[in-house]
Amino acid sequence: MLQFIVRRLLQTIPVVIGVTILVFSLMHLIPGDPAQIIAGEAAPDDQVEAIRERLGLNEPLHVQYGKYMSNLLQGDLGQSVRSSRPVLEEIKPRFWITMRLALYSMTLSVFIGIITGVISAVRKYSLLDSLLMLVALFGLSMPNFWLGLMLIKYVAVELTLVPPSGWGSPQQVILPVITLGTAGAAIIARMTRSSMLDVINQDYMRTARAKGLKQRVVIYKHGLKNALIPVVTIIGIEMGMLLSGTVLTETVFAINGMGRLAIDMIRARDFPVVQGIVLIFALTFVLVNMLVDISYRYLNKRIDLN
Amino acid sequence: MSKSQAASADFVSPDLKNHSGRKTIFKKLKKNKAALIGGYLILFFIIVALVGPYFTVHDPLKVDYSTKLLSPSSTYWLGTDHNGRDIFSRLIHGMSITLYIGFLSVLVGLLIGVPLGIVAGYYGKALDSVIMRFIDILLAFPGILLAIALVSVLGGSISNVILAVGIFSVPGFARITRGSTLAVSKLEYIDAIRALGAGDFRIIFLHILPNILSPIIVQATIRIAIAILIASGLSFLGLGAQPPTPEWGAMLSQGRSYMFDHPHVALYPGLAIMIVVLAFNIFGDGLRDAFDPKMKA
Repeated sequence: MLQFIVRRLLQTIPVVIGVTILVFSLMHLIPGDPAQIIAGEAAPDDQVEAIRERLGLNEPLHVQYGKYMSNLLQGDLGQSVRSSRPVLEEIKPRFWITMRLALYSMTLSVFIGIITGVISAVRKYSLLDSLLMLVALFGLSMPNFWLGLMLIKYVAVELTLVPPSGWGSPQQVILPVITLGTAGAAIIARMTRSSMLDVINQDYMRTARAKGLKQRVVIYKHGLKNALIPVVTIIGIEMGMLLSGTVLTETVFAINGMGRLAIDMIRARDFPVVQGIVLIFALTFVLVNMLVDISYRYLNKRIDLN
Repeated sequence: MSKSQAASADFVSPDLKNHSGRKTIFKKLKKNKAALIGGYLILFFIIVALVGPYFTVHDPLKVDYSTKLLSPSSTYWLGTDHNGRDIFSRLIHGMSITLYIGFLSVLVGLLIGVPLGIVAGYYGKALDSVIMRFIDILLAFPGILLAIALVSVLGGSISNVILAVGIFSVPGFARITRGSTLAVSKLEYIDAIRALGAGDFRIIFLHILPNILSPIIVQATIRIAIAILIASGLSFLGLGAQPPTPEWGAMLSQGRSYMFDHPHVALYPGLAIMIVVLAFNIFGDGLRDAFDPKMKA
């Protein structure tokens, strides 16, 4: 197991290096002169030159990347063009808001998804199954930002059950988490159902039933445990959708998280901050995936990962 | 990574024995009511996109403040927006934009992802490692983040959205294609054909590609649904289609400020997105059931 964790850590290194190269390249994908675009079209030449100088854009690419990497390793993500504050300082207070939003939504997705999936599988082809899967299909097909708008309009403003925006109090958390978690719940429900159905037809399930075990014990102890293994892999991918989904959810609910900061900074053409946010999102996701892989391995010792 | 292999394994085996039975697939598809409904809906949407704009009474772009924010009526079926434009006309005109982005971005993903996957799966070894590491790097960017990052530097426009969403779908196509290619190229008859003197090019195009088409088609259908959702999200964020284009996500972004007193400005564009995405998801589910006997359960 330890050997596996070490190997998995080593595998992550080239991915992380690749990610830094891609994020670094973002600035150079800007069509035209990045310094000019950051400064604005009407900016005087000396101001453009100052920005170019500050971002080191007139040095050769490999030198720029070298500097970027050595700064990165010292925890320096660069400086905001607008506020001149370190990028990390801009991001830090918002990071945990976004992570909490994503984690709460994940919890909701997993909880609702697995329960729905199991009920559907146990009652397969029943009216309840059809109904649940129809709801899941809708949940999967709905733009989450639209769901958020509708929840604000009808639940927060019309029914005044919860505040329409912001983040902090438990009431403020409910709508954003539903908005972000719905699609994930739908995907996990469908995955759990089909995985349960696969498992239910296995020989060991028949054996368990033949032994005279109660249906409930068979389903939950023998069935669910095995059916959840493929579901765990989906959770890693879902976490990615959730992390990036925070951008839309935070915009809809005016939450001051990292995702909304990204959009604000894109509008303000503050690319060092945008780069920093993209990098932090990607590194978080790489870390999450690593943890998922390790727990997957732990759950299912039969898998040979190399 | 192990996940992709687990996920693509579902798609790999079933079709191999099935390639002579294209007719049975259509038969199964016909029997699958959901798939039929999805298919007909998509067909209907395509027809609406092509001919609908000729039948709308109101100009989707003409600003007229005397008719602003009217509720749905017999003249304005779904009401008007803050610029007095008929929402129904705008939705009909927006259909072609939505489908165009959906189809084209998936085409971009296919054209890059499938060749990468075939090369990785067929030639294996170093080439496989290099390609799959590259795919891993793309996958390290969670969800739609890469698309957002790309559009943010390239600038907001429909063609940049297509490019960004296309690149976002590359890893999915590459991994499924690679998995299927690996499974097919291990079959004995491929060895036999090679022994007969067929070159790589011939083997790939005549013998591997036809056998791995069905998982790719299923993936493409589902990807169109995802692409439409992402593209509308980008436009909602102001990073995609720009006003006054009647793109549905952009309509939602503009309608947002007026929805408290006039809910119809935000309700209908969202419903439109959902119905189109739903059709592709239903069709994709049906195709998967038809192509993949194992999933029938």
